[in-house]
Amino acid sequence: MRVLESMVDTHHRTPGYIKGRVGRVEALSGSFYDPEDRAYGGSGLPKRELYLIEFGMLSLWGLRYRGGEEDKLLVDIYEHWLEPAGDPAGPRVDHGF
Amino acid sequence: MNIGWNRPAIRRDPGLTMGSDHDHPGDHHHPGTEEDITLSQPARRLLAMEELLVEKGVIGADDVRRVMDVIAARSPVDGARVVARAWMDPAFKLRLLEDPRAALAEVGYPPVSGSKLAVVENTERVHHLVVCSLCSCYPTSLLGPPPDWYKSFAYRSRAVVDPRGVMREFGLEFGEGVEVRVVDSAADLRYMVLPLRPEGTEGMAEEELVALVTRDSLVGVGVPNQPAVNP
Amino acid sequence: MNAVHDMGGLPSEQPIDRSEHHLMEWERRTGALVDVLREKRVINTDELRRGIEAIPPDEYRRLGYYERWSTSLEILLVEKGLLTKQEIDGRAATVGARWA
Repeated sequence: MRVLESMVDTHHRTPGYIKGRVGRVEALSGSFYDPEDRAYGGSGLPKRELYLIEFGMLSLWGLRYRGGEEDKLLVDIYEHWLEPAGDPAGPRVDHGF
Repeated sequence: MNIGWNRPAIRRDPGLTMGSDHDHPGDHHHPGTEEDITLSQPARRLLAMEELLVEKGVIGADDVRRVMDVIAARSPVDGARVVARAWMDPAFKLRLLEDPRAALAEVGYPPVSGSKLAVVENTERVHHLVVCSLCSCYPTSLLGPPPDWYKSFAYRSRAVVDPRGVMREFGLEFGEGVEVRVVDSAADLRYMVLPLRPEGTEGMAEEELVALVTRDSLVGVGVPNQPAVNP
Repeated sequence: MNAVHDMGGLPSEQPIDRSEHHLMEWERRTGALVDVLREKRVINTDELRRGIEAIPPDEYRRLGYYERWSTSLEILLVEKGLLTKQEIDGRAATVGARWA
C-alpha cells in the first residue's frame, strides 16, 4: 500500500516521513472514530479502519539509516490515507498486498 | 534547556508564594528553600480554568482530585505484573498478544475507555521499540504517565530514523542478527513491549520475575534485569 | 514543510536527556483535569491534539509538555464558549495564592 502524499495542514495522524511511501499491511488494528472529524467537534463517523503498515527502514531512509536490511518501522494508518501501491517504485520497496 | 517546570515537587506550605509577578520561572529565588517556585503562565491559567470550571458546575469540586488518585495508582509495576504472568503462562501470553483488553481483565485490570492497548513481543531475533513521533502516546492507562525522555523532541525525532543509535544511548546494543522493529504509535493504539524473558530465570516465582521487569524494557529502550547470580 | 509537531525523522543528533523530574502538582492536575473533561465528553483527545498543533512553532518548542496541554485546553474551552479569555486572565492573576 502507498501512503497518500497529501500535505493538509488540518489535524491528521499520518506522520510526514511516511507520506508517499510504500509499505505492506502487517495487521488490522481495528476501526476507530475518524480523528480528522472528531478534532473539529464532529462525530468521527463513519469509523475508519486502521491498518498497521510495515516499512523497511532502508527503503524509508536510504543511507541515513544506520542498521540493516532486516529493520522495520511500523505505523498505524487510517484507511483513507492508503491506496494500492500499484507498480512498486523500485526493488528496495516492500510489496503491497 | 530551561523549560520552566523542571522543579522540585511542590510542598503545599500555606506560606508558599506562587503566582507572583514573575513570568519567567527560574528568576525567582528564596535563598535556602528548595520549594521556591513560580508558576508559569500556562500553569496558572490551567489552575484558573480548573477553578472556573468547578464554579460553573462543568466539573465537580472533587473530580480532579479523584482522577489524580486514579492516575497516581498506576505504575510500570502493573505492566511488569502482566509481563511476568505472560512469561509464566504461555496461554495467557497468546491471549495478551491477541486481545490485550480481555487478557488484562483476567488479571484484574478493568478496561479503560478510549485508546486500545496493544502488546508486541520481543524474541531472540526481534526487538521492538515504541515511540510516538507526533505527540507522546503511551500506554498510560496501564503504566502511568510517560517518562520525560519519551516526550522529548530528541526521542520523538530520532527513534524512527536511528533506533539503534537511540538504544545505544540507553546501553542497549543488538547485532545484525536481531531485527529492530520501531512502532510509531500515531493513532488509537497504545503499544507496550513484552520483553524477552532473561536467561537463568527458570523456576523463579512470578513475584521475583516482576521485580526484573523495568519500565524501560516495556518501551523497548531497555531489557529486563538479569537475576542475581548468587542470591 | 511539516508542521512543528510532526518531528519523526528530523535531522537531529541531540542526545536523549534521560533525566526525569517528579511531576509537579499543577502538572498532575492538568493530566487529571483533561481526563475529567474527556470522561464528561466536554473535549476529546483529537481536539486536544488539534489544539496543541495550533500552538505557533516557536511557542510549541519553548513550552513544556503540560504547558502545551494547558494552552490547548484554553483554546478548546474558549472555543466551546465554556470560559472566556477575560475570565481566565482575571483568575490566573490571583490563582497562585489561593491554590497554595
